[in-house]
Amino acid sequence: MGDPITLISQWFTSLLLGWGLAEGLVTVIRLFLGAVILATISMLTVVALIWVERKLAGRLQDRPGPNRAGPFGLLQPIADMIKIFTKEVLTPAHADKVTFHMAPVIFIASVLLIWVVVPFTGTVVGANLNVAVLYIVAVGAFGVVAVLMAGWSSNNKFALLGAFRAVAQMVSYEVPMVLALMVPVLLASSMGLNDIVNAQSIWFVVVAPLAALIFLITSMAEVGRAPFDLLEAESEIVAGYHTEYSGMAFGMFYVAEFLHHWAVGALLATLFLGGWRGPGAETWPVLGILYFYIKTFIGYFIITWIRLTLPRIRIDQMLAFNWKFLTPLVLVVLIFTAILDKVLETNGVGGWGYALAMLALNAAIGWATVLILKKIEPSRQRQRVEFPPRPVAMAPKSE
Amino acid sequence: MTGLEIVFLVIAALTISAALMVVTTRYLVHAALWLILALFGVAATFVLLNATFLAVVQVVVYIGAIAVLMIFAIMLTRKVMRDSGPQMNPRWGWAALVGVALFAALAFVFTRSPAAGMTASDLVAGADPVVELGQALVSPNAYVLPFEVASVLLLAAMIGAIYVAWKK
Amino acid sequence: MLSLSWYLIFAAALFSIGLYGVLARKNAIAILMGIELMLNAVNINLVAFWRYGDLGMIAGQAFAVIVFAVAAAEVAVGLALVIAIYRRRETVVADEIDMLKW
Repeated sequence: MGDPITLISQWFTSLLLGWGLAEGLVTVIRLFLGAVILATISMLTVVALIWVERKLAGRLQDRPGPNRAGPFGLLQPIADMIKIFTKEVLTPAHADKVTFHMAPVIFIASVLLIWVVVPFTGTVVGANLNVAVLYIVAVGAFGVVAVLMAGWSSNNKFALLGAFRAVAQMVSYEVPMVLALMVPVLLASSMGLNDIVNAQSIWFVVVAPLAALIFLITSMAEVGRAPFDLLEAESEIVAGYHTEYSGMAFGMFYVAEFLHHWAVGALLATLFLGGWRGPGAETWPVLGILYFYIKTFIGYFIITWIRLTLPRIRIDQMLAFNWKFLTPLVLVVLIFTAILDKVLETNGVGGWGYALAMLALNAAIGWATVLILKKIEPSRQRQRVEFPPRPVAMAPKSE
Repeated sequence: MTGLEIVFLVIAALTISAALMVVTTRYLVHAALWLILALFGVAATFVLLNATFLAVVQVVVYIGAIAVLMIFAIMLTRKVMRDSGPQMNPRWGWAALVGVALFAALAFVFTRSPAAGMTASDLVAGADPVVELGQALVSPNAYVLPFEVASVLLLAAMIGAIYVAWKK
Repeated sequence: MLSLSWYLIFAAALFSIGLYGVLARKNAIAILMGIELMLNAVNINLVAFWRYGDLGMIAGQAFAVIVFAVAAAEVAVGLALVIAIYRRRETVVADEIDMLKW
């Protein structure tokens, strides 16, 4: 009884088979329905997330947040939705129409496709691919293409600039992200997400905290939220690649961004926080879903918190941070993790001994990094900007 | 017709028409977008051939890197982007002839060869092609040398590309 | 069940289209796109031979991986050359790049 979703799926299959449908057709229908339900649930999550994020933003910025529509402003996203649905979708003059209208669809598809491989619990996963980790990177590529399509087809210089920035950022942060993803793959010796979850009797955030941190930073850059939101920096390039989008076409970019943010939380939970694992989750898979959502929310909250705290970085800082800091660091982490993994394996060290050795390695690398950084970039005294005293209102000088 | 055949035909038709658009369309950005569709069709073909790893790598490398790089290059050579003149050589008719002749010759050979009628054997349960490929690529008895040479080639290409494109 | 010839003819068509693109296109970037199509056709053949031959012989897939690496290297150098030429000559038409022809 602890697994209603598998039960429903089995009941549904036997029902359709009872109607005399061919087995192949039943599988197709079941998978199709599963895809529809998965996509719908993801989209409905976004409706809730919009409220959560606005409320969080409000609280973190010392204001109440939405509080007019419904209790605690709970109906605010509904009002937003109605507003965005009824707005006109404009097509700019001389825009490349087909490309312009395809871009948001591809963008949202690239985010929805991530959910195919995410294990909600031990028994509920869209497709248990054996190359799931690489698959996540692959569907991210469609997002890059969609951004380029949107920016180019809008026939707007700000959109094109935004697209250039977005692609430069997404393509370069993909490098450390893939390398960081290789660490859990190495530890679990599988690229399937369910295998990775099963391998985490000790959470990988303990075994590989640096990889988790780098994954968090790089995936924030992939999503393009502050402090990495220079692809849609309002004060510089209007709204970046979606400058010309209005109504529901803009809404799709907006929803996709929220969903991507949430998906990053889910990936963080799955890869580093033990996914659906928790007390009793093996016998009661329903509990696994609960644990998964709680852990996902932790990842989501951390990202939102960072986003609302840090200011936007400059584009040269963004690229230098990636190529001169993150990529070398993650390479060192990956190589040393691989070596230590082999050494411990040949010496037969497992369990907590293995985890503590890995943790010590990560601490050593982190410490060395800090030392090196201090050496090449000696802490500079921050320059103080002094203004001459300027009283707001001065009494007129008596002659 | 089995379901697999229909799926194959749809993918093949989509890929080939996208490829035709790549070589005939006038605007380079459109050609690049059609190229992405064609590359995606090839990835889908890999899935049909049970090579999931290659399908995913195809998307990562070709769509995520190569196609995006090409669109970037097209936009950086901006004057050409707006070029609406003829995009073909004056001798494109000969090129078409060569293409058709090559296809006819290849198709003739392929349909006559004894291997053409081969059907795929069932996948062995428990044997994971991804694991086998991974082991083959780093095993000293198999492909570790070509693999390392390929990585050196990539490094050389990267350094070369940076040097060539460096603004002096 | 699909027989091997389906995949081979599909790949042959893709290869021929790519060849046409390489021969007929004026623009250097478009020529590179044709080359990519040809490399993809080769990859389809390699993987199809792996699938239809001995599954234990992983050579087909391993070669395809090497082709990926070569394609990436080729595009990186090719596009760098195109951009460098564009800077000097303001053209990417292959026929007009004749500095070495005397």
